[in-house]
Amino acid sequence: MELNKEGLLHLYKVMSTIRHFEERGIPETGQRGMSASVHSSVGQEAVPAGVCAHLSSEDYIGSTHRGHGHCIAKGVDPKAMMAELFGRASGPNKGKGGSMHIADMTKGMLGTNGVVAASIPLAVGAALTSKIKKLNRVAVAFFGDGAANQGVLHESMNLAAVWQLPVIFCCENNGYAESTPFEYASSVEALSDRAASYDMPGFNVDGMDVFAVYEAAGLAIERARAGDGPSLLECKTYRYYGHTVFDDPLTYRTKEEEDYYKSRDPLKLFREKVLPEGEISQSELDSIDTDCLNLMEEAVEFADSSPMPEVSDLYVDVYSDYPISMMKRGTNMSI
Amino acid sequence: MVEMIPSVGRELLYREAINEALKQEMRLDDNVIIMGEEIAGGAGREHLGIQDAWGGPFRTTVGLIQEFGNERVLDTPLSEAGFMGAAIGASSTGLRVIAELMFVDFMGVCWDQLINNAAKMRYMFGGQVEVPFTMLTRIGAGFGSAAQHSESFYSLFSHMPGLKGVVPSDAYTAKGLLTAAIRDNDPVIYFEHKGLYTQPSLVPEETYVLPLGKARTLKSGSGITLVGISKMTWVCMDAAAELDKLGIDAEVIDLLSVSPIDYDHIIESVKKTHALVVVDEDTPVCSIASDICARVAEEAFDYLDAPPTKVTAPHTPVPYSRVLEDQYVPNVPRVVTTVKSLYEGYR
Ligand SMILES: Cc1ncc(C[n+]2csc(CCOP(=O)(O)OP(=O)(O)O)c2C)c(N)n1
Ligand SMILES: [Mg+2]
Repeated sequence: MELNKEGLLHLYKVMSTIRHFEERGIPETGQRGMSASVHSSVGQEAVPAGVCAHLSSEDYIGSTHRGHGHCIAKGVDPKAMMAELFGRASGPNKGKGGSMHIADMTKGMLGTNGVVAASIPLAVGAALTSKIKKLNRVAVAFFGDGAANQGVLHESMNLAAVWQLPVIFCCENNGYAESTPFEYASSVEALSDRAASYDMPGFNVDGMDVFAVYEAAGLAIERARAGDGPSLLECKTYRYYGHTVFDDPLTYRTKEEEDYYKSRDPLKLFREKVLPEGEISQSELDSIDTDCLNLMEEAVEFADSSPMPEVSDLYVDVYSDYPISMMKRGTNMSI
Repeated sequence: MVEMIPSVGRELLYREAINEALKQEMRLDDNVIIMGEEIAGGAGREHLGIQDAWGGPFRTTVGLIQEFGNERVLDTPLSEAGFMGAAIGASSTGLRVIAELMFVDFMGVCWDQLINNAAKMRYMFGGQVEVPFTMLTRIGAGFGSAAQHSESFYSLFSHMPGLKGVVPSDAYTAKGLLTAAIRDNDPVIYFEHKGLYTQPSLVPEETYVLPLGKARTLKSGSGITLVGISKMTWVCMDAAAELDKLGIDAEVIDLLSVSPIDYDHIIESVKKTHALVVVDEDTPVCSIASDICARVAEEAFDYLDAPPTKVTAPHTPVPYSRVLEDQYVPNVPRVVTTVKSLYEGYR
């Protein structure tokens, strides 16, 4: 997507949708007793927005436990996502997955993932499919700074480089893995430096600035589409809330640090860059925010009025072909 | 002989009992160290006055870093294969390492280190090496955490010769079995149930060791033997109370160890009650429950009035939606119905 007026409004709309989804959806999910495994990406909106602006629904992404933003930026319907969080049958996963497993294969969305770093090789595999079938699609593996220390990332990067696959390893470095500071857990200051070990380009950008993300992602994705292989893109960002709703982040980070990043809020930065140029007015952006607010109202209503899964759905989609009687055999299940 | 049910002590929560065992063993033996993700939390920020930010994801390790310092209490990067392997290596060269895998569902990341190194080194090396390593991990569904954070995969570990495993069901067994696991010279996997952390029970203040591989009887009865594993023990106890009202006098056994499994204890009970139901939160195929049923069928066949039976999760991943998850985990009505149908069918 080009950054003409339409493109700019799209970027803002994606970020605003993510923000509103998190701010409304997470407490609503909590009120329905399902908040154990929901992670807010407020503060990190610029990364999925800037990266996915270069992707179509044919391209692939792999995501994380903090994945609502990736889903929205890749075009997954927020109403269906809300239903998934509420455990409803109208969610993309029919209520089987919840926040940490939202997947929409019609949008090339290979799933948020509950096991840190587990989705990275899935994106590599999707890039392999594209290469072998000559589909000219790219894949983006989103992961956190914590995930960067998992062996599977390193194996995946080497594999992608050896096979010259069209994949972008996109690290959202928000400074923390749960309460563990990035600087404690990593031997290098810039994760993008690790690209050298796998002979691929490493980009390091301000992840609060959607334009910086957009530009670097554009270069990496262009390379991938041209058949020049993988890249590593590190985006320095911040999560405003705790790891989950149960976490008080001030037990391990400072108010000053939080304030610093909030002063560089991605939606605010966008306004500060775009409004002075005059092409887009404040009221246009305000009305996007209002639309997003209203969309979340609709999403909550949609989710609440959607049916729960049938209890017998417990046995559906375990396999393509396997007798349900065998899943219950000898268990004394009551359904 | 240690009592299997405490008569003295003060009330501690399950999670506090784990914490107490860790502290007491670390005080007694300088070779004991502990590592894992968020064991203390906020690592490396002492200069900002930050220490023990989390005290463990479920606060089982709170206060350790203040007392033992960051050389014996190690927060790790998110690298389970690396740090679990390092814990096993350190345990085979003079330390006695406790390492935490945050949820058992993540075992795949470090499985190779557990089954090919920890489990086999002593044997492969002809007895030259000891691996006094303890892995703490967590099991249990029922919290809306979906398929990758809810498993109860102890059976997979029990399948591995060389690994031992325990499933404490209350604060008393949590402390005694953790002390035993740490002191044991073999790798022991210690399964904490997420649904038990805030359960109180009597715990003596001094250290004590409960034997690995021993079950205990929580309620004696003559009508049927119910075997519970971890939290399912309490489902069995509640079911026994219901069954009592129906005139069925159930005996309840708390398994406590999943390797070795105390078959003898169960068989002795079945010789008296002539019937068995094993209640297991794990999936049913190749499970602890199916193993116990098979062993009882082989070794106590003549004593049985009814087929050894199990109440387990179905052979599916753990679903997210509450309406599905509620059906997934074995519950009291399912146990009662199962026992009733055995009574109606065979007695
Ligand atoms: C293999 C594995 N280990 C541990 C966890 C528990 N866990 C969930 S999220 C998380 C931190 C992830 O940090 P990071 O990759 O930086 O992502 P962020 O949460 O900051 O978005 C941890 C340790 C997990 N889900 N999977
Ligand atoms: Mg992070």
